[in-house]
Amino acid sequence: MDLSSINPALLIASIMISATPILLAALGEMVVEKAGVLNLGVEGMMITGAVVGFATAVSTGSPTLGFMAAALASAVLSLSFGLLTQVMLSNQVATGLGLTLVGLGLSSLIGKPYEGMKSPTLPKLDIPLLGDIPVLGRMLFSHDAMVYISLLLVLAVWAFLKYTRAGLILRAVGESHDAAHALGYKVVRIRLMAIFFGGACAGLGGAYLSLVRVPQWTEGMTSGAGWIALAIVVFASWRAGRVLIGAYLFGGVTVLQLNLQAAGARVPVEILSMSPYLITILVLVIISARGVHGAPASLGRPFHASS
Amino acid sequence: MIRLERRPQPSRLWTGLTPLLAVLLTMVVGGMMFALLGKPPLEAIRIIFWDPLFHPQFAAYSRPQLLVKASPLILIAIGLSLGFRAGIWNIGAEGQYIMGAICGAGMGLAFYPTTSPLIFPAMVLAGALGGWAWAMIPAVLKVRFGTNEILVSLMLVYVAEALLASVSQKLLRNPEGMGFPGSRNFQQYPAAANTEIIVGTGMHWGVVAAFVAVIFTHVLMTRHIQGFNIRLTGEAPRAARFSGVSPARIIILCLGFGGALAGAAGLFEVSGPAGQITIDFNSGYGFTAIIVAFLGRLHPVGILLAGLLMALTYIGGELAQLMLGLPGASIQLFQGMLLFFLLATDVFTNFRIRVGTTKVA
Repeated sequence: MDLSSINPALLIASIMISATPILLAALGEMVVEKAGVLNLGVEGMMITGAVVGFATAVSTGSPTLGFMAAALASAVLSLSFGLLTQVMLSNQVATGLGLTLVGLGLSSLIGKPYEGMKSPTLPKLDIPLLGDIPVLGRMLFSHDAMVYISLLLVLAVWAFLKYTRAGLILRAVGESHDAAHALGYKVVRIRLMAIFFGGACAGLGGAYLSLVRVPQWTEGMTSGAGWIALAIVVFASWRAGRVLIGAYLFGGVTVLQLNLQAAGARVPVEILSMSPYLITILVLVIISARGVHGAPASLGRPFHASS
Repeated sequence: MIRLERRPQPSRLWTGLTPLLAVLLTMVVGGMMFALLGKPPLEAIRIIFWDPLFHPQFAAYSRPQLLVKASPLILIAIGLSLGFRAGIWNIGAEGQYIMGAICGAGMGLAFYPTTSPLIFPAMVLAGALGGWAWAMIPAVLKVRFGTNEILVSLMLVYVAEALLASVSQKLLRNPEGMGFPGSRNFQQYPAAANTEIIVGTGMHWGVVAAFVAVIFTHVLMTRHIQGFNIRLTGEAPRAARFSGVSPARIIILCLGFGGALAGAAGLFEVSGPAGQITIDFNSGYGFTAIIVAFLGRLHPVGILLAGLLMALTYIGGELAQLMLGLPGASIQLFQGMLLFFLLATDVFTNFRIRVGTTKVA
């Protein structure tokens, strides 16, 4: 095995790229769960974002429009989940699964004509001064805009939940919807907005996969990324900063695994390719063995004003 | 102003009515989708739901297919329904299905080319055990550490798929297959093949197993204390604990039963209709079975009917692909929509719709 073929600067740079889709999706899902809603449809929203973003970018030639369309499409799709669980009071677990199945079907239907095409991808930003630092510049400061947007979004979500009044209300709704309702907050409306935001984030994450990371459309290309995002929210104990850590750790495992495959490591390929999933399970076990802290108290419970 | 008023008890009428309503809504919206794709909507619906059964030319081929496609769906969905009733969400049936197929096929191939009437039963046993063992992973982790079974069982699907890719290229590859991936074909190894019991009906051992599972589960749920405990755990977890029902035992029981049935379904598929282990012999039955379980209202007889209906959409979908050039993925979407509409119309089961303003007390 030739480990010297792995360049540390490139490794870190590619970790950032591979972590971004999961980071975006997990961040959105965290806000949704903070509002007390468990949306298991992340995978379905991500793949819808991936295909809509790709199709839009190919037909308009603009990856920016692609990202915008992806966010909008996934957010609208997530509203169907919101309508079912919040207004028609359906079971959140079952509806989330349904959302995933619908998303997978919808995406392969839309994506058929786009298979094997190439899309315009996001340009790398050349940040002046910072990008010229010898090793660090290439490692941290020469990515595309979405990487930095996702990092800013982490900061924004953290600040929103911690310091703003709206963030406090959102957390109150997630901790005790009955108390929040008694105080006069519109529980259903707030939750719908959170779901919408979560959908948009998942869409961005999916579009990042199909427009930057891969960049191509293949059926089922998210291959569990949405589920891993759900696991990262648990791992992060519902905190924005830890979502970042979780997503980057996970990105690290994925990239390392691919690099080891390429370097011809003496570990069987199948072990390497199943390693992200095994590690996710391992992390979930460790977290749950320690006792899950910080889950919103009303997570997954249906809210009905008269009961 | 429209508002919802919770019913004291779920309406029995609506429990039975919502699946029909959901199917109807899916037909309407699905028809609109077909129209958008530029296909004649009414004809497409007719081809999917009517022609597989009654078309003078195709029915002879597609009627037996109904049982072939429905049996794995029913087997898996019956297993899942137990857990869903108890509030245990095993969504990794696809992985248990794959592992059952690998273990069962491995058992059969180990005896190649000897002949004995015991080989096929041994394979079924190995398949069920394989699925059971795979489901025990989330079960034990949940019991021991409280790990979320939804995420673990789902992650294990991807692990099982990686294993499947590995064994079909290495361990179980046909040594006379000229290097192509995929195991020996069980159709050429009669002692281990899951053949049609009555020729021309599609009736194979998996269908028999599915019927047995339906009856067994119905008796279990209505006549046996464990069935009562499962229902109690789902409807009133606290009451269940106070009356001495061990949550751990229910988790092990439900996940294990589901895994074993999914594993057996995998074996029946791989030794019968699929014929051999290949990288992609699994066709997502484990996920479609979730829809079947809900569409059947988690009731064994309902699942039997729902499985047949879902099988019909698979066969009809293939027919529509052939005759109208309808994309295969549209059937997948069609099935997903069915679950969505079912969950949406379920509001009538648990709530009354009231028009007017709330009276102030």
